[in-house]
Amino acid sequence: MESVSSPLRCFGECHTAEKYTDDGVETVTSVEQRKVERSIQEVVSVYKQIHSLPPTLLRDQHYQYLKKGLRHLSDAYECLDASRPWLCYWILHSLELLEEPVPTAIASDVCKFLARCQSPTGGFAGGPCQAAHLAPTYAAVNALCIIGTQEAYNIIDREKLLSFLFSVKQPDGSFVMHIGGEVDVRSTYCAASVASLTNIMTPTLFQDTPTWIVSCQNWEGGLGGVPGLEAHGGYTFCGMAAMVILGKEHMLDLKSLLRWVASRQMRYEGGFQGRCNKLVDGCYSFWQAGLLPLLHRALFKGGDSTLSLQKWMFEQQALQEYILLCCQNPAGGLLDKPGKSRDFYHTCYCLSGLSVAQHFGNMDLHHELIVGREENRLVIVFSSLQAPSHPVYNICPEKVAQAIQHFHQLPVPVPAQKEGSSACNTTTDHS
Amino acid sequence: MYRDRKEWADLEPVPQDDGPNPVVKIAYSDKFTDVYDYFRALLKNDEKSDRALLLTAEAIELNAANYTVWHYRRVLLQALEKDLREEMRYITAIIEDQPKNYQVWHHRRMVVEWLNDPSEELEFIAEILSQDAKNYHAWQHRQWVIKEYKLWDSELEYVEQLLEEDVRNNSAWNQRHYIISHTTGYSDPAILNREVQYSLKQIKKAPHNESVWNYLKGILQDLGLSSHPGLLEQILELKETHCSPYLLGFLVDIYEDFLENTLEHHEEVLSKALELCELLAREKDTIRREYWSYVGRSLQTKYGSTSNRLIWIHSH
Repeated sequence: MESVSSPLRCFGECHTAEKYTDDGVETVTSVEQRKVERSIQEVVSVYKQIHSLPPTLLRDQHYQYLKKGLRHLSDAYECLDASRPWLCYWILHSLELLEEPVPTAIASDVCKFLARCQSPTGGFAGGPCQAAHLAPTYAAVNALCIIGTQEAYNIIDREKLLSFLFSVKQPDGSFVMHIGGEVDVRSTYCAASVASLTNIMTPTLFQDTPTWIVSCQNWEGGLGGVPGLEAHGGYTFCGMAAMVILGKEHMLDLKSLLRWVASRQMRYEGGFQGRCNKLVDGCYSFWQAGLLPLLHRALFKGGDSTLSLQKWMFEQQALQEYILLCCQNPAGGLLDKPGKSRDFYHTCYCLSGLSVAQHFGNMDLHHELIVGREENRLVIVFSSLQAPSHPVYNICPEKVAQAIQHFHQLPVPVPAQKEGSSACNTTTDHS
Repeated sequence: MYRDRKEWADLEPVPQDDGPNPVVKIAYSDKFTDVYDYFRALLKNDEKSDRALLLTAEAIELNAANYTVWHYRRVLLQALEKDLREEMRYITAIIEDQPKNYQVWHHRRMVVEWLNDPSEELEFIAEILSQDAKNYHAWQHRQWVIKEYKLWDSELEYVEQLLEEDVRNNSAWNQRHYIISHTTGYSDPAILNREVQYSLKQIKKAPHNESVWNYLKGILQDLGLSSHPGLLEQILELKETHCSPYLLGFLVDIYEDFLENTLEHHEEVLSKALELCELLAREKDTIRREYWSYVGRSLQTKYGSTSNRLIWIHSH
């Protein structure tokens, strides 16, 4: 195990040379990038002057923020009133990364709440009495798996969940996010994740899905939301993770994908951008950096013998420094970049990314690189599909294993419904 | 408040039931609670009326991400046979106000489909892009409109205008690729050459623009980077005056393609490629040190002679 308590990469003399070169041609892109770099420089120089300590993860502060949010949220969260299972997942996952236990009572309350979010026709909605949607379905199933009690598992109506998945399946292999809703690659990840965890995969459920996902990979090497669109970190993660779940990752051009994602790490800031020539954002610490373990495993499976045995193919130290120095709110919670407000989404994904950056390996081979104090170390965010462990589901590996073990004791439900019709026609009845 | 209005007195509001011990409980404002209590009531009764339509607008204003409300609004629009032109005006205003929301763009798409009228779209999207030239939803909608209604003709011109304003706009470069792929394609050598020349021109203006380098690679990789006549020489020339980590990476790509497709000069080309990987890892692109080291090891394994391979790998 390596602990890096001295030289920080961002204190090095070569660091300033990594700043953006605009070639004397100023455009909106270069102006915005330089503004961010200036603010990072400010943070780093303040840190140099004030702190003699190595960078510290503000565990207690984050814990208080999360603990409160799990019960109460201000009216600033009205905009997430259709995403409340997400709030459960973001908070519970953050707590498990910090190795903070969830008291039994509150875990049970979360179960009961998510039960109220479950739609009578299957799947979970953003809140009670709302329509089912793949995103809160993903979040709810993940949250229940984190809780991992029998009560939690029993909440999920597997038969109805399967029929919901069929109802949003499209003839071309894609899925709409909800009845009458939009198609994009997030839906394939949400569907594959819940179907594999709860053991409801049937032979036809993901027919043509891998081909559709492959069509989202573009000239840049990453994936867009739908075929034709610009490569984007969030969508690329969803596509790749879905392919890993479906066992079809080799259908993608892994070499181009690797080149694309490796190029998304910002040389000055150390964090990741979501798209080429856009700005760094703490949440991409997971969506982008989280691709490297997936790629590592896929390349390994494909027979590659030149992979590192100790490190992911991104600068792990630089990412940790970005998160610890630039993405923490001193009062608790994490964020996009300096100057932005904290929120539970960024808290979840900054911490998830921090965990990826700290830990290399699978169950057999484990290597750690912790920046700052030993206490900064987070729980591993890997999950085991078969042998190696990788952040496919973004919940802790024990919880994945436990859930899969539980649900594989149950028979796969028999599908009652055929695939849904085209997403684009409005239905006159709604569930 | 709806609870105080006479015209709504016939409807019993439905409070949200979070259960006795709520989690992630949001401290809704009074107004929010009022509107959504009545929305739930409408939903419960499956009411299809003008007053319901008006209420959905209020619910949307309070939370434009509530996809259940949007769906219901669409049901109402159809059931009540509302004027869709008016709906277009409505959704235009909402998108202007909240352009980064999924539901608003999906709604607009539905209305355009029902009207079968894309005539306002390109101008509207251009207006949104003039405020944020990289809005992902806007580009998604634009690609859909163009493909669905075959509005390819003026798009390359639009892309060039955007690239003129910001040559680093990666969304515009993507759109360029989208248009050309779906119209002329890149297999015509005249088109390919035009695009290569255009890219080189932009590189000379701003050599540290990653987008243009990615585009150049993107359009040449199917045919093979090493197959384009004179390209290697042009890049080596640029290396003297317009060098960047992207140029060096591009050279690695050309050399790799050469190794893949030619049998001669392997040792020489391989050693140049390895030298560049080393330079990138050690000095020019250190944030990607692990990646470039891997590329070097992979090239060595694939193309190196057995004796050199082991020595090289052990030292990297």
